[in-house]
Amino acid sequence: MTKPPAKKTMGLERLRTFTPARIGLDRAGSSLTTRDILTFDRDHAHARDAVHLPFDVALVTDELGARHLATVAVHSAARDRATYLQRPDLGRKVDPASKKRLQEARLQAQGGVDLAVVVADGLSTRAIHTNAVAFLEEFLPMAAENEWRCAPIVIASQARVAIADEIGELLEARLSIILIGERPGLSAADSMGIYITYAPRRGRTDAERNCISNIRRGGLRHQDAADQLARLIMGAFRQRLTGVRLKPASSLQLES
Amino acid sequence: MPQYRYTLGGHTYHFRDLKTVMAKASPLKSGDGLAGVSATSEAERSAAKFVLADLPLANFLNEALVPYETDAVTRLIIDTHDTDAFAPISSMTVGEFRDWLLAYGTDAERLRSVASGITPEMAAAVSKLMRNQDLVLVASKIETITRFRTTVGLQGHLSTRLQPNHPTDDPKGIAATILDGLLHGIGDAVIGINPVADDIQAATQLLQLLDDLRQRHEMPVQTCVLTHITNTLAMIDNDGPVDLVFQSIAGTEAANKSFGVTLDLLRDAHQGALSLERGRVGSNVMYFETGQGSALSAEAHHDVDQQTLEARAYAVARQYDPLLVNTVVGFIGPEYLYDGKQIIRAGLEDHFCGKLLGLPMGCDICYTNHAEADQNDMDNLLTLLGAAGVNFIMGVPGADDVMLNYQSTSFNDANYLRQLMGLRCAPEFETWLEKIGLMDGAHRLLPPDNATPLLGYLKEMV
Repeated sequence: MTKPPAKKTMGLERLRTFTPARIGLDRAGSSLTTRDILTFDRDHAHARDAVHLPFDVALVTDELGARHLATVAVHSAARDRATYLQRPDLGRKVDPASKKRLQEARLQAQGGVDLAVVVADGLSTRAIHTNAVAFLEEFLPMAAENEWRCAPIVIASQARVAIADEIGELLEARLSIILIGERPGLSAADSMGIYITYAPRRGRTDAERNCISNIRRGGLRHQDAADQLARLIMGAFRQRLTGVRLKPASSLQLES
Repeated sequence: MPQYRYTLGGHTYHFRDLKTVMAKASPLKSGDGLAGVSATSEAERSAAKFVLADLPLANFLNEALVPYETDAVTRLIIDTHDTDAFAPISSMTVGEFRDWLLAYGTDAERLRSVASGITPEMAAAVSKLMRNQDLVLVASKIETITRFRTTVGLQGHLSTRLQPNHPTDDPKGIAATILDGLLHGIGDAVIGINPVADDIQAATQLLQLLDDLRQRHEMPVQTCVLTHITNTLAMIDNDGPVDLVFQSIAGTEAANKSFGVTLDLLRDAHQGALSLERGRVGSNVMYFETGQGSALSAEAHHDVDQQTLEARAYAVARQYDPLLVNTVVGFIGPEYLYDGKQIIRAGLEDHFCGKLLGLPMGCDICYTNHAEADQNDMDNLLTLLGAAGVNFIMGVPGADDVMLNYQSTSFNDANYLRQLMGLRCAPEFETWLEKIGLMDGAHRLLPPDNATPLLGYLKEMV
């Protein structure tokens, strides 16, 4: 590793200014050089860890508790990561014990619930560990300003996007919001997505949701994502729907 | 209806129908578990294989796995079945068919002569009785050659698709990646872009970029923008420089419908591309992509196992004389193919079944980050497919597709395989590489320093 590669190919590294693709690499024979093999391995390692690092529910609970936010921990019907990865259907349902906890949470909530907020591991626990609480710090004050009543924040393990349908249904919420780790790529392993569904109940389709994605350092900023989310929710409550037919609040205002 | 049962270790296993036998005889795949059709124990899988081995091949002509009345792909398979070609194997059971395929006397010519008599269900059935080495050996005997501006699939050759994707379709970024690929001797199957924007205008601009590059450097290659077939049809109508028609296809009518494609649409596009007469050494104008699991993911699987449905997609492909059929094996994710072992098995099955049916099979040897797989698994499948005589593989810079966010094979991987097995590029492309100073007399890649015209183009870009 101390010796530099024998020969630099002429000027090809300049090609890299045009694309994030791995071009203009040096060669060992016709193969990749040690340095580029190690770089690739490092990026893949980050992506693998993002998928497989255990979801630190205690950490998220404590961080939210320190901000005086109540939480309910739930688990999907996928008992472990291997099951979760092979059975997306199980990741969309809560297990029986969790169902009971959500029903109790509903009984304790005074009056109605506007928003069911779910924080879920999805395919990148790292995305949630680094982004979820920081995002909620931006968003929850906006929710308070709009007088949207929130149920205790649900922390869901081994969860897919559609688990928010059942959770929102059990909490009798007008709208569900799920913060979830996106499938890691080699260039970004900590990207969080947010999906919202009006009148959540089991069996909703993806066409009935709206999505904000690529929320991470170097991607969409937390504050910008929170602004976008608030506008989507305003539009959803006004039009009583989410999904492909939803127009964001800003365009509604322009029309009126 | 015939009875399907087998007694093994004192227990008699019953199977409801032919598709249940097929599904339960399938090697373990997470997607068949997700569909709820897989064997519930290894003993049951073994019993299903015994049942399958004793079934006459002809049974597949009498018992449709997906109903004839409601599925256009089944109708296509049955209505176009070539009984003359089938005659030499018509009295065999599935087990006897496997033994026949492996016999010394069953050579390339005999395999070619029976291809149109083999239905995809027969191919899938026999593959379930074959070990990985059988899939490699039989496929290696089959030569499927196709032509447009290059000749793809000759024995002893390996072609590559240069895949210069960019996260925002930036023309300079795409051109830079193409240049780098060419300097690695990549692109003789096709230079094909997966566009981000799926509209006609964006696709036309990219197609023009590809055609300009091709003409400027007088490259014997074909180019393609992998956009929906309806966009390509529109580009053909607008006299765009369409070499190949791309489309993803699947093994049931309903799954194809979910892709927005019908057999009529495929026929129209095929005719349209032929009418342009842009090929130089041949007129294979279609480029199809497939992959196990696509039918279930569209909820259009009819309780048939994913590998059999994949083989049925090849029956669709072979109606239109494709230049390239690419099984994108690990792209779909671990809920269909869980780990390296399943991806490798699926890649070998797809390549074998496609070749047996007479198709020019290539493979996108690939995985996503939530699958239990890594680049070493891809090396294994790459080497096995090289031994099996795969027509083409992908060339993605550094194996990392920065637009589709998955890992495939790199430019270097293709050259590893060429070096290891003495495989050569398509002859027309090889001549061009020699002419511009990128290949020596021993067919070895040279450093880029001599490729003056291409490097001149680089200087212009920078």
